[in-house]
Amino acid sequence: MTIKSRTENLEKVRKFVADAAAKFGFDKEAVSNIVLAVDEACTNVIRHAYANAPDKEIWIAIDLKNGRFEVKVADTGRSFDPDTVPPPNVREFLRQGKTGGFGIYLMRRMVDEVHFSSLPGKRNEALLVKYLQPLAQANR
Amino acid sequence: MSTFSVGLRHVDTVSVMDLRGFLDAHTAAELERAFQQLLQEKKYKIVVNFRDLVYISSAGLGVFMEFIEDIRRNQGDIKLSNMSPKVFHVFDLVGFPQLYDIMKDEGDAVRKFTGRT
Repeated sequence: MTIKSRTENLEKVRKFVADAAAKFGFDKEAVSNIVLAVDEACTNVIRHAYANAPDKEIWIAIDLKNGRFEVKVADTGRSFDPDTVPPPNVREFLRQGKTGGFGIYLMRRMVDEVHFSSLPGKRNEALLVKYLQPLAQANR
Repeated sequence: MSTFSVGLRHVDTVSVMDLRGFLDAHTAAELERAFQQLLQEKKYKIVVNFRDLVYISSAGLGVFMEFIEDIRRNQGDIKLSNMSPKVFHVFDLVGFPQLYDIMKDEGDAVRKFTGRT
């Protein structure tokens, strides 16, 4: 799906992803986790890649491969280096007066793989992957 | 349609916010307005009841971070209560229990302010 970069569209994205994840066979908790991760990815695009510009485009694509539920979130906004985002330290954040900075950490905790790629000035992608079965179980 | 609302009531000298629905980057502004209103009224003892909150993203967490210092500087606090396991998990992952009292029950949270048993 393609949405405009407005936070009012996050609800649509959550429904799109939740429906697909449930059909793929995930239980309620896993669906909930995937939805949150994608919400965080889209929110980051709106707030940071597009600096809250409301009429840019965000592409969300779902692919199902070999027990992997893959969600790609793509934009043409400002790139960032995910390695420069520190893990959250809520005490330190409070001391610094920071109100944000939890999103990427939550993404990484909610799904099994998170990959960021970027062609500066062209396209950024966040790929979120959740396995239908934990790898150890799948290999038995 | 996902909606979010903040109900406001008072128990003794404590303001209780009842959150309902989906708290995300779109609806977080409504929670901000609710906190701003309480601060304008100099009401700094706040319990946030999450019983009817279905969903929270990091944008929602950010609102709590935005107001806590000002509130504590005024000898108040924000205490959180009645979270579902799913909502608590999000708060817990990023370390909120280190900084905030998160109580099972609104009554416990209110009593932390009033000291009454």
